[in-house]
Amino acid sequence: MVNLANPTAFVELTRRVLPWLVAATAVLFVAGLWLSFAAPPDYQQGETVKIMYLHVPAAWMATFVYAVMTAAALGTLVWRHPLADAAQKAAAPLGAGFTFICLVTGSLWGKPMWGTYWVWDARLTSVLVLFILYLGLIALWRAIDDPGRAAKAAAILTLVGAVDLPIIKFSVDWWNTLHQPASVFRLDGPTIAPELLMPLIVMSLAFTCLFLTLHLMAIRNEILRRRIARVTMLAAVEGDRLAPEFAARGA
Amino acid sequence: MMGDSHIGFIFAAYAVAVATIGAMIGWVVLDFRRLNTQLEQATRALDGARGGAKGNLGLD
Repeated sequence: MVNLANPTAFVELTRRVLPWLVAATAVLFVAGLWLSFAAPPDYQQGETVKIMYLHVPAAWMATFVYAVMTAAALGTLVWRHPLADAAQKAAAPLGAGFTFICLVTGSLWGKPMWGTYWVWDARLTSVLVLFILYLGLIALWRAIDDPGRAAKAAAILTLVGAVDLPIIKFSVDWWNTLHQPASVFRLDGPTIAPELLMPLIVMSLAFTCLFLTLHLMAIRNEILRRRIARVTMLAAVEGDRLAPEFAARGA
Repeated sequence: MMGDSHIGFIFAAYAVAVATIGAMIGWVVLDFRRLNTQLEQATRALDGARGGAKGNLGLD
């Protein structure tokens, strides 16, 4: 069993797992895109439904990444896991990227279907709030120099922002919105045609694998950043310790 | 599909997704390369401080 709390063991694990994850991501994207473009057009939306194969997986990942960050925030504040803050910091830009894809593809899907790029309805607005939360968290990490304080502040903001997740999920049920209600994750089963559902599932798996791959790589980068800080500090300490001896010898 | 009246929206959506995913991959990969270079430089600086100090002080 690999000790994931040990950064060195974690880096070693990523070295072994990453090639497999990269391969799985590539295969799933090729299969997903092929299935997406081979899928029949929707009887109402026509070929515009192809945007769904990007928009829906990106939307799921936008909320999933924030859920991962919430778990990592608990790991930082409650369990004090040594890699929890690295996991949280590494996930924020990725979550922002997926949310950006979700918002832009949704807007490009909305124009031909709804006649507008944007409406201030509950679903769209709550996802925009999620995007702003991601940007705020990235800014917060950069604004505080002390990594320990930055991690705590980011963890608290992440936990506060987690209230947006159920709002996003249930906004289409709680309020009268232009956005359609859930058609896949429903108690009575998906209402979407199987020919359209299969490419959507494969593309969602591809997006999930992409996130796992990039997240592992980004956590490894955070571990490297800490090593650089430690080695730089050691070099400075060594220099300070030996400076008087140099001076004495020079004299 | 090419005859669809909304083909421009479909292409634009895929172009934005490809560009954003490309940017995410580029950010992680370039950051890794930059950090590796920085770590090598920092390690050399530390080794230099220790090794150089020992040599100058006759501690070897």
